[in-house]
Amino acid sequence: MKQSLDYYKELRNEEWRVALRKNIKAKERIAKERVEMPEVPPMVRSKSQTTEVNKGLTKEMAVEEAKRCMDCANPTCIDGCPVGINIPKFIKHIENEEPLKAIATLKESSALPAACGRVCPQEKQCEANCFYTLKLNKPAVAIGHLERYAADYENNSDEKVVQEVAPSNGIKVGVVGSGPSGLAFAGDMVKFGYDVTVFEALHEIGGVLKYGIPEFRLPNSLVDVEIESLKRMGVKFETNFIVGQTQTIEQLREQGFKSFYVASGAGLPRFMNIPGENVNGVLSANEYLTRVNLMFAGSAEADTPVIKGKNVAVIGGGNTAMDAVRTAIRMGAENAMIIYRRSLEQLPARAEEVHHAKQEGVFFNTLKNPIEFLHESGKLNAVKVQHMELGEPDASGRRRPIPIEGKTEIIPIDVAIMAIGVSPNPIIPNSVKGLDISKWGTIEVSEETRQSSVEDIYAGGDIVRGGATVILAMGDGRDAAASMHKKLQAEMNN
Amino acid sequence: MNKIVKKEKLAERIYRLEVEAPLIAASRKAGNFIIARTGKLGERIPLTVVDSDLDKGTITLVVQEMGVSSKKICALNEGEYITDLVGPLGRPTDIKKVGTILACAGGLGAAPMLPIIKAFKEAGNRVITILAARSKDLLILKEELAANSDEFIIMTDDGTEGKKGLITVGMEEVIAREKIDECIAVGPGVMMKFCALTTKKHNIPTMVSLNAIMVDGTGMCGACRVTVGDETKFTCVDGPEFDAHKIDFDEFLLRLGGYKDQENVLLENFEKSCKLK
Repeated sequence: MKQSLDYYKELRNEEWRVALRKNIKAKERIAKERVEMPEVPPMVRSKSQTTEVNKGLTKEMAVEEAKRCMDCANPTCIDGCPVGINIPKFIKHIENEEPLKAIATLKESSALPAACGRVCPQEKQCEANCFYTLKLNKPAVAIGHLERYAADYENNSDEKVVQEVAPSNGIKVGVVGSGPSGLAFAGDMVKFGYDVTVFEALHEIGGVLKYGIPEFRLPNSLVDVEIESLKRMGVKFETNFIVGQTQTIEQLREQGFKSFYVASGAGLPRFMNIPGENVNGVLSANEYLTRVNLMFAGSAEADTPVIKGKNVAVIGGGNTAMDAVRTAIRMGAENAMIIYRRSLEQLPARAEEVHHAKQEGVFFNTLKNPIEFLHESGKLNAVKVQHMELGEPDASGRRRPIPIEGKTEIIPIDVAIMAIGVSPNPIIPNSVKGLDISKWGTIEVSEETRQSSVEDIYAGGDIVRGGATVILAMGDGRDAAASMHKKLQAEMNN
Repeated sequence: MNKIVKKEKLAERIYRLEVEAPLIAASRKAGNFIIARTGKLGERIPLTVVDSDLDKGTITLVVQEMGVSSKKICALNEGEYITDLVGPLGRPTDIKKVGTILACAGGLGAAPMLPIIKAFKEAGNRVITILAARSKDLLILKEELAANSDEFIIMTDDGTEGKKGLITVGMEEVIAREKIDECIAVGPGVMMKFCALTTKKHNIPTMVSLNAIMVDGTGMCGACRVTVGDETKFTCVDGPEFDAHKIDFDEFLLRLGGYKDQENVLLENFEKSCKLK
């Protein structure tokens, strides 16, 4: 949530920032080239499930990059940030060689900076709104890389940022789901002084950050650092607890919980409803990624099995599809391809993920749409695809893919991974009376307050949006915390 | 929580475990299942809740040693802990008064069947239970099932106990002599398939409880999908019980074996490591 321009101006006029601005001429700042993120070479990293692709910036690189930031009087970059991070302030702390102050600034608005610095689509958010992008037609300041630098600095340092927590007000609030949305909400509420308990259905805390996003993009150990930091602030976690099944919202109310934030996330994976889709070898990206990321399938000591395909096709073009296809390569696939019904230019995945996937040898089989999975005695052995071409733009503004009559192809594969989206998890919608649910199964909330049709229940993230990014889910969590706090405070004062 | 307070061998490779899980004990209903995980690198596997004791805060599980994960659970002793236990999962059985129920339990299916017939009996139904297994040694929970049935029939394939023959032979006999309002079948996939074919001939509404492969058990992974009528359903959140006459059993049976090759490799490695120890 963005603050008033006056607020940013006041901070911008602090002495140290004025001094920094005077230090280097604007012309010199603009003349600097954008830093390039060092990467582990594709041939090395594609052999390991856990080697992180991006290596992170060195201190020198980070300070140089921070110097590019103009510390604009009207910081438009913040408009692009769903959680309203004071971007120029944290970047100027890096320029000033005070990375701990940078991370403190990040933590004012984000409970998960190490994660956001890695997985946020900055090119569509803050960096798309950077002065360099908007006015200079030059590569934006590498805001994401700098965020990651600050977060990693703290993680690798003995000094830790101590976050201020208001004195406890004793009011119990419950969070359903420990993914990015629930964690963002919990972080803000504990700072306001609430007694926060996060309920998680799985045995691990972190939601999609753990079961979905692979280690090579976001190491679990970093997610754990952020969770530990929330625990230190007083957030309680209950794993193996399914709200609506283990205990109901009603039972939790009886135990004194005053309000709830439902961030139960994405549920049922979508399938295409085409022949052969239920044969062995066709599975959802959720299943594949959960087996590998959460259950460590594929590593020698783990008990959970996974099918290691030789010829793997991932159906879909989003970030989940990229995660799945790059995981398949790391699991030893000889051929791994994306099958996507539109063209390369229309892939919804982040440009960086597509770029990395190509480097690692993923084949992008575009303008193809699966119409049947073929099998031998129940085991997948090929997919029949319809060739497509692009027609007129559809409602989303993208050119609609239309079938080329009579042109089909049979591609031999032994694993097909469906990454075409998910429907909301039905457990909370099924278990709470009076909750307004949309025809897509998402929980209906007020855009302004994130409050549902049941007074004490707020909701956000994928259970409301149907499918979105980590950072949008976090933004919902922050908005919900602010509005729930306002309501509970008003009730207390009455 | 999750402490094993009692362990008992019911048959060769089959154990009954009483586990501390007060919240699940309080909220579980007939038809529900749980997911258990043993060890830090353990697998999540679904298991039926057979019974619960509210005073002691325990639930009863029946586990058969099959693969690595079930062997690991069965290897735990009294006083030891199951690493993770979550539930209750799935929709509970739709219990109502319909008249006469024919309950067909095959092998390990006796375990999920017990709470189901208890609930149907409490709702005022007449319950005829057939318990079937390959051989006498594999019949479990006889006394408990008998105590909750109005009539109790045992069938074994080899005739070592009760009547000789497959479960469907016993079903035909019962159906021939009295009106059955609803049939429930729980057991191995093949058995449920033939139970469904038998009752379909006689137009008896039939429900089965499916033991599909699952990972999370909360609707996220889709491993447990099954074709019911023309629709794909998820066993964990839409089931585990479905109208037996609408299920594509051939597909279900194939999917049950979906990870067989990988599981065999894991089991071989596990057994090798056990020998080394």
